[in-house]
Amino acid sequence: MISIDIEKKLKAYKGQQVLKIAAQFTVGSITKIYGPSGAGKTTFLKIIAGLIDPEKGKITIGDTLWLDTAANFSLSPQKRKVGFVFQNYALFPNMTVQQHLEYATDDALWIKRLLEIGKLETFTEHKPEYLSGGQQQRLAILRAMAIKPQLLLMDEPFSALDPKMKSEIIPELKLLWGELGTTTLIVSHNPQELEGLAELELYIENQ
Amino acid sequence: MATFFTFDLAMDLTPIWLTLKLASITTLVLLLIGLPLAYWLSKGRSIVKIILEAIITMPLVLPPSVLGFYLLLAFSPQHGIGKWLHEIFNIQFVFSFQGLILASIIYSMPFMIGPIKSALQQLPLSLSQASYTLGKTERQTFIKVLLPNIRSSVLTAVILTFAHTLGEFGVVLMIGGNIPNVTRVASIAVYDSVENMDYHAANVYSLILFSITFIMVISVFVFNKYKAKSPLE
Repeated sequence: MISIDIEKKLKAYKGQQVLKIAAQFTVGSITKIYGPSGAGKTTFLKIIAGLIDPEKGKITIGDTLWLDTAANFSLSPQKRKVGFVFQNYALFPNMTVQQHLEYATDDALWIKRLLEIGKLETFTEHKPEYLSGGQQQRLAILRAMAIKPQLLLMDEPFSALDPKMKSEIIPELKLLWGELGTTTLIVSHNPQELEGLAELELYIENQ
Repeated sequence: MATFFTFDLAMDLTPIWLTLKLASITTLVLLLIGLPLAYWLSKGRSIVKIILEAIITMPLVLPPSVLGFYLLLAFSPQHGIGKWLHEIFNIQFVFSFQGLILASIIYSMPFMIGPIKSALQQLPLSLSQASYTLGKTERQTFIKVLLPNIRSSVLTAVILTFAHTLGEFGVVLMIGGNIPNVTRVASIAVYDSVENMDYHAANVYSLILFSITFIMVISVFVFNKYKAKSPLE
C-alpha cells in the first residue's frame, strides 16, 4: 500500500492556496489524477518524487518511509527512484534516443524491448530536436520505464500522441506495468483519455 | 614608416610568452574553480550568494589600479597575509609571477563565472530533476546532463577569460611591477616601449596582442555556429 498525506502552500494569482491531499493507492493500481489548472496536480507528483518538499506530510511505500516532515526526514529523489514522465518531457538535448535509455539502465535487452514498444527502433541515433512531439513524448515515457520503477508518475503523458499511436502504446504499457507490478499515477486534463486504463480516480480541487 | 611595420626577429618576445603563460594558467585555474562555483551560484538565492556574487563582479566596475593597490597591500611581505605566507611558506606574491596569476584570477573571475552561471540558470530545472529520478547524483547530473548542454557558454567563458587576461594592465602593473622576464607582460611592454619612444616594439607587441584577441573573439562565433549575437552573451 502506498500512503500519502501531504500539505503544501501554493502560490496562486489571488494570494495563496493550500494543496492538501490524503490518499492511499494499492500496489499495481492505475490512478487518474484530474482537476482544474493550478490546483497542484504537478506539484503533487513532484512531492511524491521528492523533487519538492511539502510543509507537512508523510509518505510511506509499503514498509518504507519516504517522507516524514514531523521527523524532519525526506528520502532523496535518487533513492526514491520513481519513474517520472514530465509534462515538458525534460529530454536531454545532448543525448540520442539510445543514450537516453542507456543513461537510465545498462540492460540492453530491456532497452530493445522499450524501443519496440515506443516504436522508436529506427530513431535510436536521433537527438530530441530531430524527433516529432509524439516521438519525444514516447521517449520520455520509455526513459521513465527504463529504470523498471515500482512507482510511475506521469504528467500529461499522452497529450502529444495521435489516437492510433495512443491505442497501440497504452495496452503495451499496461502489460509492462502488470509484469513489473508498477503502481501508476497519471495526471490528465482529458477525462476520456484514460477510459479503460485507470481503475481509480483522484480529484484535486482548488482550496 | 617602412620600418614601423617590419618584424624584427631579434626582438625580445618574452613579454608575449609570459602573457600567454599567464593567460593559460589563469584560464585553467578559473575553469576548475568556475564550474563548481557557477553551478553553486546558479542554484537558488541566499544572502551569502548575493554577497559573493557582488565580490566576484567588483572587478568589472572597479578601477584596476584600486584592486591592484589592495592586493599589493594584502600580499606585501611586510604585512598581514603576505607576511604570514612569506614567513611560513616562503611564498611572495608581490612582484612575482605567482602574484600576477593570483591577481589575474581575481580580476578575470567574472568573465568565467558570468556566462557559465547564466547558461546554467537558463536550462530548464526539469532536466536535472529528470536525472535525479533516474537515480543519478548531482555530480553525475552536472557532468552528463548540464555541462554538455552549456558547452558553447563554457567555451565563450574560456575565451573571454583568456582574452581578458591578455589585456590586463593596471592590476598587473600594481602587483607585478615591470621586471623583465618575470612580470613584464605584453601590455606592460607596450606601455614601457611607448615611454621609451620605441614605437616599433610597441607596435609589434600591440599587433600580436590584437591578432590573438581578434582570432579568439572570432572563434567564439565560429564554435558557437553563429548562435551568439555577441561574444558577451
